[in-house]
Amino acid sequence: MPAVRTVEAMMLGKLDWSAIPFDQPIPLIAGAVVLVGILGVLIWVVVKGHLPYLWHEWITSVDHKRIGVMYILLASVMLLRGGSDAIMMRIQQAVAFQSQGYLPPEHYNQIFSAHGTIMIFFVAMPFVIGLMNLIVPLQLGVRDVAFPTLNSVGFWLTATGALLVNLSLVIGEFARTGWLAFPPLSELSYSPGVGVDYYAWSLQISGIGTLVAGINLVTTVLKLRTKGMNYLRMPMFCWTTLASNLLIVAAFPILTATLAMLLLDRYLGFHFFTNEAGGNVMMFMNLIWAWGHPEVYILVLPAFGIFSEVVSTFSGKALFGYRSMVLATMAICVISFMVWLHHFFTMGAGPDVNAIFGIASMIIAIPTGVKIYNWLFTMYGGRIRFETPMLWSIGFMVTFIIGGLTGVLVAVPPADFMLHNSMFLVAHFHNVIIGGVLFGAFAGFEYWFPKAFGFRLDDRWGKLAFWFTFLGFYVTFVPLYVVGMLGMTRRMQHYDVAAWRPWMLVAAAGMAVLTIGVICQIMQLVVSIRNREALRDRTGDPWDGRSLEWATSSPPPVFNFAFNPDVRGEDAYWDMKARAQQQSLEHGGPEYQDIEMPRNSPTGFVCAFFATIMGFALIWHIWWMVILGGIGAFATFVVFAWRDHDEYVIPAEEVAAIDRVNLEERRSLVSMAGAV
Amino acid sequence: MAMTTTAGRAHADPHHIGLVIEHPGPASKRIVTAYGFWVFLLSDIVMFSCFFAAYAVLAGQTAGGPKGSEIFEPRNVAIETVCLLLSSFTCGMASIAADVRNRFWFYLGMAVTCGLGVVFLIIEFREFADLVSRGYGPSRSAFLTAFFSLVGCHGLHVSAGVLWLLTMVAQVFAKGFRADILRRMMCFALFWHALDIIWVAVFSVVYLLGSGA
Repeated sequence: MPAVRTVEAMMLGKLDWSAIPFDQPIPLIAGAVVLVGILGVLIWVVVKGHLPYLWHEWITSVDHKRIGVMYILLASVMLLRGGSDAIMMRIQQAVAFQSQGYLPPEHYNQIFSAHGTIMIFFVAMPFVIGLMNLIVPLQLGVRDVAFPTLNSVGFWLTATGALLVNLSLVIGEFARTGWLAFPPLSELSYSPGVGVDYYAWSLQISGIGTLVAGINLVTTVLKLRTKGMNYLRMPMFCWTTLASNLLIVAAFPILTATLAMLLLDRYLGFHFFTNEAGGNVMMFMNLIWAWGHPEVYILVLPAFGIFSEVVSTFSGKALFGYRSMVLATMAICVISFMVWLHHFFTMGAGPDVNAIFGIASMIIAIPTGVKIYNWLFTMYGGRIRFETPMLWSIGFMVTFIIGGLTGVLVAVPPADFMLHNSMFLVAHFHNVIIGGVLFGAFAGFEYWFPKAFGFRLDDRWGKLAFWFTFLGFYVTFVPLYVVGMLGMTRRMQHYDVAAWRPWMLVAAAGMAVLTIGVICQIMQLVVSIRNREALRDRTGDPWDGRSLEWATSSPPPVFNFAFNPDVRGEDAYWDMKARAQQQSLEHGGPEYQDIEMPRNSPTGFVCAFFATIMGFALIWHIWWMVILGGIGAFATFVVFAWRDHDEYVIPAEEVAAIDRVNLEERRSLVSMAGAV
Repeated sequence: MAMTTTAGRAHADPHHIGLVIEHPGPASKRIVTAYGFWVFLLSDIVMFSCFFAAYAVLAGQTAGGPKGSEIFEPRNVAIETVCLLLSSFTCGMASIAADVRNRFWFYLGMAVTCGLGVVFLIIEFREFADLVSRGYGPSRSAFLTAFFSLVGCHGLHVSAGVLWLLTMVAQVFAKGFRADILRRMMCFALFWHALDIIWVAVFSVVYLLGSGA
């Protein structure tokens, strides 16, 4: 018998039947539903014969637009998962007054940990990275990002991380430590299960994906710009992309190192953050927040860029104070690295240190304020069109100001001593992340959807979605501010204070309103796909846009632009249109030429396949499988490096044929406008 | 679709600064690749800096175990340093050979680089094995944790570098000095030199300061 057990341990590590939570119906049913859903989609895809199309056109695609769309799809699906967690938490806190509620503590703890992890790493990150991928090369007037195949690798590694997090729902457990897994709780002695390992390995793997995306986009913005696209002519979104990705490159390695240290503690008995042998818990706090605070700006800066594009387009004006906006963006980029200690003023670093970090945190509100004023002055005197993306932008300005003000409030150390880890804090960061990042992601989604798919989204459902989300947000989170002031701490599984109860009920009602908003958004997608012929965008410029992504068809051809655009100033496409009206949009340029494009490659997908195997094996201590996954990943790289043809040529005639269709549409538009 | 208005921006230079140097367009593949790899190296250095920071924080936490001065062997470290610095030189030779497409000098340069790298790794491995056998493994104290992690992280990078080096040689052997392979060679050289820079920091912060303390 012992021999059998040893063989089992060698083959399966810590994995056995007890890993499946047969005694817990909620994760089991949720897992079953998801599994049935995935299987259903897979069977449908195979039966309908879509598999070759999916494989050739999407899974192996190295086209930045396709990869961007897949990032956003991943984010949307994970938003539903993270949102379900949120609904469960709100219901728990609404019912768990002087009772245990319906979620046992160990399950509730997993849910709030998973909610935070998923929303930041697998919703907000892929959403903004997806939008940047999709749009930045188009705005810069180039054919692709700097490293197209790596781009695919980055996406698939992110997807691997998401897969592992969801796997923890049915095989084993997720971390119960909160979304940043603070030691010593996350050390082996207090969290002996696989939850923290799921957390750490999925973030390690997706973190590599994010780093790859960051390097790629920094290089793209700095080295691949079309002729005449000087730095101070780049659209604002490109600037914020640059700032955000510089932060990724500088901050994500810190996360990688920190989680590596935690894993060394857990796997090999190291003493980075243990209570014993001289380990230092506060070092974890410093390291994780040295990543964590820039991360906030990694998320929100691209959103600022989206708002800049949207507000200027729908006000029919150039962005007010473009240069001050650039300056503010880069200022935030730098200062964001100097405020991390405000996450633990209560550590006891002393009044001087706390004062310095408090002041630095307040200073960061200044460039942010500059931005708000710039958007307001852009709208001032403009001809404002209240399309859905504009609604999200205005909703953002109102909401984000409130979130920013409460942020300045908790940046004051004495106030923070009162509010640290209270529901007030929870309300504050949801206020800025939902009001800033999520509203920005939705604005970008509505704004650029026609560019990606060639038809607009339904207006009515879009506006409904906005109003429900906007109102739902306030009904949910204002009560959290209040209970925070009343002394309620975060992450409570149950409570006995009667004064909090009504507010928790209101917050739960708000969650219902938010859910209606999500349903509206899904309805919008369904209705728009059905009516896509009526909503078709033939010109490629549905909003009367100002930057180069609108200068090509919707969806853009694989090569983006038949000719590399020649930029003569800010708002490049606006300029072109103005000039074209006088010259009737003839393209006096050179003849069409052959275009070389990178070939599709399964490298990213295969890499992620091995990464998934390796991650899973590491979590369950199945060492032979770890080695197998490692060899597989290395072999994939060698095979990729060995290929002889990494590009293919689109002949000039084909380029011409594709380009002429769109050019005709544009010409008729300009001549119509000229006639008016 | 209101295209009637030309309001807003009509000309390119709103502040009349004049003298704008026009951006010439996308950079060449060689530039883009090397630039991207530089950015990666910077991020890698940030990761190392975390391990340096952890070492600085934990260096005094010996928990009753040995101090740095009691376990470091300056002679070994000197040999390691010479190996790496020499390998940087031979790696440079191999790069030049690749640029002028001289197979003999390329193979020779890479072979010596590989040999020096392997010697470095063997010495480091023996140092680690010796410490562990004496009961001074990474679990002994926070100081040893930080020491093994920082130096080991560099060692892992050198191991990956050796693997990359062999792959590089195999590629040149099979496919010759193709443009894409030369770009990879450039990245490899950057990587190898960066490891040297990090070793200089490891040498100074860990061994030099540690031996004195």
